[in-house]
Amino acid sequence: MAPNDDVNVMSLHRLAHARAGDKGERLNLALFAYDPRHYDTLLAQVTEARVQALFAHRGVSRVRRYPLPGLAGMNLVLDDVLQGGVNGALNLDGHGKTLSFLLLGMEIAMPATHRE
Amino acid sequence: MTFLLGSGAGFSGDRTDAAIPVVAELIRRGQPAALLFETLGERTLAAAHRARHDDPDAGFEPLLDELLEPVLDDCLANDIAILGNFGAANPAGACERVKALAERAGRADIRIGHVQGDDIRSRLSRIDLQRWEGESGEMPGEEALISANVYLGAAPLVEALAQGAEVVVTGRVADPSLFLAPLMHHFGWAWDDWDRLAAGTMAGHLGECGSQVSGGYFADPGLKDVPDLATVGYPIIEVEEDGSLVVTKPPGTGGCVTERTVKEQLLYEVHDPSGYLTPDVVVDLSDARVVQIGPDRVAVSGIRGRPAPERLKTTVCYAGGWQGEAEISYAGPNAFGRARLAAEVLRERLTFRAPPELRSRLDIIGHASVFDSDTGDLQRHTVGQENGDYRLRLAVGHPERRWVERATQELLALYCAGPAGGGGVRRQFQRRICTASYLVKRSDVEAFATLYDTSQNDDRSYGHGAQ
Repeated sequence: MAPNDDVNVMSLHRLAHARAGDKGERLNLALFAYDPRHYDTLLAQVTEARVQALFAHRGVSRVRRYPLPGLAGMNLVLDDVLQGGVNGALNLDGHGKTLSFLLLGMEIAMPATHRE
Repeated sequence: MTFLLGSGAGFSGDRTDAAIPVVAELIRRGQPAALLFETLGERTLAAAHRARHDDPDAGFEPLLDELLEPVLDDCLANDIAILGNFGAANPAGACERVKALAERAGRADIRIGHVQGDDIRSRLSRIDLQRWEGESGEMPGEEALISANVYLGAAPLVEALAQGAEVVVTGRVADPSLFLAPLMHHFGWAWDDWDRLAAGTMAGHLGECGSQVSGGYFADPGLKDVPDLATVGYPIIEVEEDGSLVVTKPPGTGGCVTERTVKEQLLYEVHDPSGYLTPDVVVDLSDARVVQIGPDRVAVSGIRGRPAPERLKTTVCYAGGWQGEAEISYAGPNAFGRARLAAEVLRERLTFRAPPELRSRLDIIGHASVFDSDTGDLQRHTVGQENGDYRLRLAVGHPERRWVERATQELLALYCAGPAGGGGVRRQFQRRICTASYLVKRSDVEAFATLYDTSQNDDRSYGHGAQ
């Protein structure tokens, strides 16, 4: 990664939008760049390893990422993060619907030349 | 000629006035059309079985009257077929309600298609089951088993339309199959024309959640603004004979149909985009394209299909003991400290007032809740604002009601015995119905449709052994 004085750290929320969906204990997070020119940045930084780390406290067992260049986005599939799922969880949000915004809180390093 | 698919609802609990502008636009256009109500999910199927367990006449969509009454007359008068999985756990009960609504509208001669065969509860122990790959738990014992419903495909719905059904009532069918069925009936596509089946299925996938494709569940003020969300228009999907499709919505309604709204819905609840499994076709979205072609008009192309999977997904509902929740608020100076102390007191009380197998979770709403784990990792490693407005929530689960009652009563007792200034306790507990997913062989499923008047209501064995 570039030295700190060359990058702006910003929330993924400024660069991309997302929606969560659930089936059983499996969650999918569909993530799309607002500007297709940022797709490569997302691909480089929203990695399976970083998503796994972000959801580690939820007990995620596996993250798979499916890049979709034609849509300037990706589909992230997380196993075992719902701690019981919609009909078994103690969490208020058994669906995990709010978790798209946990993802969007991820920090992204953008070149300092980037202007929102 | 273009066929129009109008969405009337995207889940059980959706807006009951949503279908009115959709039907008005379908009539104005005068093209062949159908209206689809998708009101059944993993959560609502379990709820429907719980309702039928308590009352054998219940178990279909509780809002059925409110959803259908405003549009039934217009649809019947304009040859707009209505298809809905609002039969839920009791399709025959829903058929009876639809018949009563039609009689009230002067159409006692209504033809109602009754789709059956999704309920395989009585044969479950004799058929070959595979656990769905996304789950790992054990199969519940026979005594806990409540229901088993297969995700049927479009075929029995097409059969109902071919019999002349004006309203088609189903239980568990795959959501997009509700939309694919009228396309198959209208265009006469072959059942192995995989690309067209995939396009029709994705038309359904885009429409099945109602306004989720047209501005609902999308707004993020300042970043993703949506006009007039209070009157958001539900989608109309235009489908051509060659499988090309355009997503739009009725004029004069709120919301918006943009590349962004369509993309979010395109991948909703999809796992591997190159192999989205439905009973009718395996859809490949790898080369899907989403293009704005006009205001509130988005074309979706590049969808491919391949042969349908060998097995069908089945949702099994089983008794999951009891669950309970209780909450108390702390606000003003040192609210976070008081809420956290209350949580510590409860944790300590539960170690000697409840059995060790009690599942429990404590949230401090306003600080860390829905993002947190059951073990409270986020809550422990972060500090809230000293002065705030926090609500401590206890959630518990146990096979026996008494322990759920006892645990939630411990939160109630914070009124007198907890930290200062706690208020607004709410407490509730209920039976929990859990779900698990399996795959069954197609040869073990017999799906069919009959016109309701000639069908027999043979579901009286419901609920046997399910306590």
